Amino acid sequence: MRLLLFLTPVLLAQVNVPYERILNADAEPGSWLTYSRNYSGQRYSPLDQIHTGNVSKLRVAWMNQANETETVQASPIVADGVMFITKPPNIVEALDAKTGRVLWTYRREIGNDFRGCCGRVNRGVAILGDTVYYGSIDAHLVALNANTGAVRWDVVMADPKVGFSGTGAPLVVKDKVIAGIAGGEFGVRGFIDAYDAKTGKRAWRFYTIPDKGEPGAETWAGESYKTGAATTWVTGVYDPETDTLLWGTGNPGPDWNGDGRKGDNLYSSSLVALDPSTGKLKWHFQYTPHDVNDWDSTQTPILADGVVGGQKRKLVVLANRNGFYYSIDRVSGKFVAGRPFVKQTWASGLDESGRPMRLPNTTPTEAGVLLYPSLGGGSNWYASTFSPQTGLYYVNAKEEGAYYIKGAAEFKAGSFFNGGGQRPNKAEQPWGAVRALDVVTGEMKWEYRLHVPSHAGLMTTAGGLVFGSNGTSFFALDASKGDLLWRFEAGGGIVANPITYKVDGKQYVAISARHVLLVFGVE
Amino acid sequence: MKLALFGAVVLAAEVVKLPTGRADLAAGRKLYENQCALCHGQTGEGGRGPVLTKPRFARAADDAALVRVIEHGIGGTEMLGAHSMSEREIRQTAAYARTLGRVAIKPVPGNAARGAELYRTKGGCAGCHDAGFTAPALQGVGSRRSAVYLREALLTPESAVPDGYLLVTAVPRSGGNVTGVRVNEDSFSIQVRDASGKVHSYWKSELAELRKQRGVSPMPSYRGTFSEDELTDVVAYLASLKDSE
Ligand code: HEC
Ligand code: HEC
Repeated sequence: MRLLLFLTPVLLAQVNVPYERILNADAEPGSWLTYSRNYSGQRYSPLDQIHTGNVSKLRVAWMNQANETETVQASPIVADGVMFITKPPNIVEALDAKTGRVLWTYRREIGNDFRGCCGRVNRGVAILGDTVYYGSIDAHLVALNANTGAVRWDVVMADPKVGFSGTGAPLVVKDKVIAGIAGGEFGVRGFIDAYDAKTGKRAWRFYTIPDKGEPGAETWAGESYKTGAATTWVTGVYDPETDTLLWGTGNPGPDWNGDGRKGDNLYSSSLVALDPSTGKLKWHFQYTPHDVNDWDSTQTPILADGVVGGQKRKLVVLANRNGFYYSIDRVSGKFVAGRPFVKQTWASGLDESGRPMRLPNTTPTEAGVLLYPSLGGGSNWYASTFSPQTGLYYVNAKEEGAYYIKGAAEFKAGSFFNGGGQRPNKAEQPWGAVRALDVVTGEMKWEYRLHVPSHAGLMTTAGGLVFGSNGTSFFALDASKGDLLWRFEAGGGIVANPITYKVDGKQYVAISARHVLLVFGVE
Repeated sequence: MKLALFGAVVLAAEVVKLPTGRADLAAGRKLYENQCALCHGQTGEGGRGPVLTKPRFARAADDAALVRVIEHGIGGTEMLGAHSMSEREIRQTAAYARTLGRVAIKPVPGNAARGAELYRTKGGCAGCHDAGFTAPALQGVGSRRSAVYLREALLTPESAVPDGYLLVTAVPRSGGNVTGVRVNEDSFSIQVRDASGKVHSYWKSELAELRKQRGVSPMPSYRGTFSEDELTDVVAYLASLKDSE
């Protein structure tokens, strides 16, 4: 922050991203303005300076380190030459996107009452105008001056003492900041919030679990809706054509013991389509009714168009943690097609409405029942990508089974409310693959096998590339064939999504590995 | 749930009181039988994991430490954390595990000194375990493994292969096969330590073939080589190889 005092007034007004720029993100491919670059969730970049022919010359340009034990998982935002990242434990930082030099740092204290299921991880910020929005680890939404890091407003989203936490990047739509919430392991009641970008006043809240008397309430036995989780911890997408916000929801709670919550448990493990101005539900699609396997469906859905039966259709697609790939009509919310994209042993298939047909003896038991995929899922929160250039959907697939265990579940605010878990299947080595799927049907076109499953996201570019990670390696594949073109040993586990951007005419690729943000450019 | 692998945040409690009620112990027993017996035996007699029928656990001196061991496992060993258990279930299991120790422990039979002699002489064990580089070190094996397991390791070595141990043969395109123990591997490369201790590192693209000998052990079976008494003595010797506490 001190630095800025000495900069010229021109630089002080450096960052300004009005809504029109976000809406037309494709007009400035050098920027990365939302979690997934634009509203489609495709994580595809039109930049092509780095391509199949020169990617082998990619080298580290600069790095930024965190001083904490947790992994950096942020997907950066890049606008007007500045990169905005979050890092553990509760930090937002602005960096010069060309040199990596720090412009300002915002650090928040975390109270001793912080719970959090899985470490103090965070996946990025949102930007509108000259304000950066951060859903903090302790469940506040904080607005920061993008040019100085000064706090503009700070509102409480939810109580961190009972397990709520901000881990996902917010999404700006028009004049509102939309934010999801984490805490699904603590028996909270999930929601999606919208706040006025100027004032921080809450505009609406959509509870992912209906209240008594509302439609869907009948899908929860007794009072179980009060502790039903269905949190919203990964950033959703927005479809400007239909003015619809699409957001994934997490597992119902308790995760592995469904005895106390008989019913489908709407809208857990679902996709919800909302009116972004009011938060009213337009439609929903539930991937895993009465989920007892912790198969959150929070991963970012992808808006893509496909040809179905000779007709062009507006689709929303995703490879779900439950092992099935789905394409859904994003106007009506109706199922179009789906099939497994990894080995799965819990359903005989999907019926014509897209509902899985669960096989007998596939619910967790005290002794453990072997099922595929494992609770980590066929894929997880990390990004899949769609390239309009190849027409293919790319997913980081995980081939692994596990013994699902049912345990006791007793609700106590702020304590884990899981009711079981999993035991690894020692008889088999889990493995992974980057798979390229037909965007409508999910049919596999090629795969690039990975020695162990990957827990990181993918990105495609107009340079004909798919960027991905495996363990401690970051790599690039040929998007049309899956051949390995480049790799880099990062020396620390990669649990993040890549992005790409351009400053001063030069394209860069960024990925976080363990405690380090790495930025690459061609020499 | 967000990937359990990132580890839950530890909420340290200073003094842990384990439940003592009948229902809690019954619940703990069931949890133990479902999730621990696999390695520690139905009644704590041990197996892949150490015997738990003892008054004191080396790695879990007090109840707080025992709860920690069950919750988080023991880093770098086959003892994993019970991520699936609630705080209460962990305490129930811990309480039950403590009751296992009330059973009088039977000392491992046999003459450990004679076993040590056989280890060096007739068994030829030292050639692999102390001099070579392809066999795992046996320091502390008596703390890690039960006598039943150790006996099994001598009779059917391939049924008692430690996690992560894998014998591989790498065949580079340029010629010259290397067989040894896998040190590390990812999608792109593999490192193999041969019998002389030399580490060979290959890009997978350089290899014509990579053979993984899963479930295969280079260790000979001692069935028939050792008499019943000798076997008992060698097991007694191995069981005496404890971690320094
Ligand atoms: C996959 C096998 C495996 C499972 C399952 C397993 N353990 Fe272990 N356990 C081990 C091994 C191996 C060790 C020894 C680790 C070392 O110190 O090298 C161990 C060590 C221990 C110790 C320390 C013993 C001492 O003397 O210090 C305790 C206590 C223990 N386990 C309890 C449990 C409980 C309770 C469960 C069930 C919740 C369990 N273990 C499940 C393999 C296992
Ligand atoms: C030819 C080399 C060789 C000889 C000789 C040999 N071992 Fe081994 N041993 C190994 C290898 C390799 C392993 C690991 C793979 C396995 O468990 O089979 C092993 C595993 C073991 C284990 C299991 C260790 C664990 O933590 O699971 C024990 C115990 C053991 N050996 C004891 C002995 C004893 C005692 C002798 C002599 C009587 C002996 N070995 C002779 C190579 C050898």
